[in-house]
Amino acid sequence: MALIRIDELRCKGCGLCTIACPHKLIVLSDKINHQGYTPAHITLQDKCIGCALCAEMCPDVAIVVFK
Amino acid sequence: MKQVFKKPESLKDVQTHFCPGCHHGTIHRLVAEAMDEFGVQQHTIGVASVGCSVFLYGYFDIDVVESPHGRAAAVATGVKRAKPDSFVFTYQGDGDLAAIGTAEIIHAANRGEDITVIFVNNTTYGMTGGQMAPTTLLGQRTSTSPYGRNKSKDGAPIRMAELLSQLEGVAFSARVAVDSPRNLMDAKKQIKKAFRYQVEGKGFSFIEALSACPTNWGMNPLSANARVGAEMCDYFKPGVYKNVENL
Ligand SMILES: Cc1ncc(C[n+]2csc(CCOP(=O)(O)OP(=O)(O)O)c2C)c(N)n1
Ligand code: SF4
Ligand code: SF4
Ligand code: SF4
Repeated sequence: MALIRIDELRCKGCGLCTIACPHKLIVLSDKINHQGYTPAHITLQDKCIGCALCAEMCPDVAIVVFK
Repeated sequence: MKQVFKKPESLKDVQTHFCPGCHHGTIHRLVAEAMDEFGVQQHTIGVASVGCSVFLYGYFDIDVVESPHGRAAAVATGVKRAKPDSFVFTYQGDGDLAAIGTAEIIHAANRGEDITVIFVNNTTYGMTGGQMAPTTLLGQRTSTSPYGRNKSKDGAPIRMAELLSQLEGVAFSARVAVDSPRNLMDAKKQIKKAFRYQVEGKGFSFIEALSACPTNWGMNPLSANARVGAEMCDYFKPGVYKNVENL
């Protein structure tokens, strides 16, 4: 059982977390945040293994992980 | 459930001004994690340089001295000698360290100052709009090399981690990248080793971190990230170039 939280206000939509996730669970949304970026969100939370690679790769420390 | 990943204590909880996909943010975080791990936050004095990392004082929850362009290693020398019990690191770009600050870095390294240098190589002058740096790759187009860097006119890109490893005063020199989870995990390890050298009073330690500058490379964040792993790691090979105490 694992959980990630993406701070959609802090996220700059760079996509680095999307390529880091071994299960390709993260995608960029098509809505725009207050900074003008398209923030990342997780698609299937129950598939997440809590490996935290997404969070490690995020240059903006926008992801936290619980396990 | 337990929190297994969170922002390091040594980093402030603020939005950075870095462009999307800029590795400065990642490198800041890894340095802050090492600070947390060694418990040095309260007695760390960071020495910032001129470049996109100029707002170091706004992002790290530590004391920071701002140095003139290129002079960070000289400023850090003074800080460490005046306050030998503090943990002192510089954080410098390639325009800062490998161009205008060449004299300062070479002599601080050669003297074996007990400081840690974090050198961010993004093959360009980021802050001023992408001019050619000493680290710009051959053929790379920049605003001052519009036809690509030309070896016969501009020389070949400087490999600072290798160059400094030749100096007697250098205890540790390594090059790392943060473009993939695997490289990033190794980067963490090497940054911690560099910190250990200073924490144990064992001399000058140097980390060259390869970094993406999507904005001045004219690339989106994912292509810029891929360029680090492909083109940059090919010329600037990650690895440990000196480790005198085998830490
Ligand atoms: C003495 C002096 N000369 C020139 C400048 C202009 N300047 C500001 S930042 C910079 C280059 C920074 O590039 P780099 O060190 O590679 O850092 P980056 O922005 O890429 O992180 C220059 C030349 C300055 N501020 N001071
Ligand atoms: S913690 Fe691991 S599995 Fe879960 S979203 Fe992040 S990268 Fe994917
Ligand atoms: S890596 Fe961070 S900033 Fe980039 S898209 Fe993912 S959450 Fe957003
Ligand atoms: S200009 Fe380049 S180095 Fe500066 S913040 Fe943007 S991506 Fe980073």
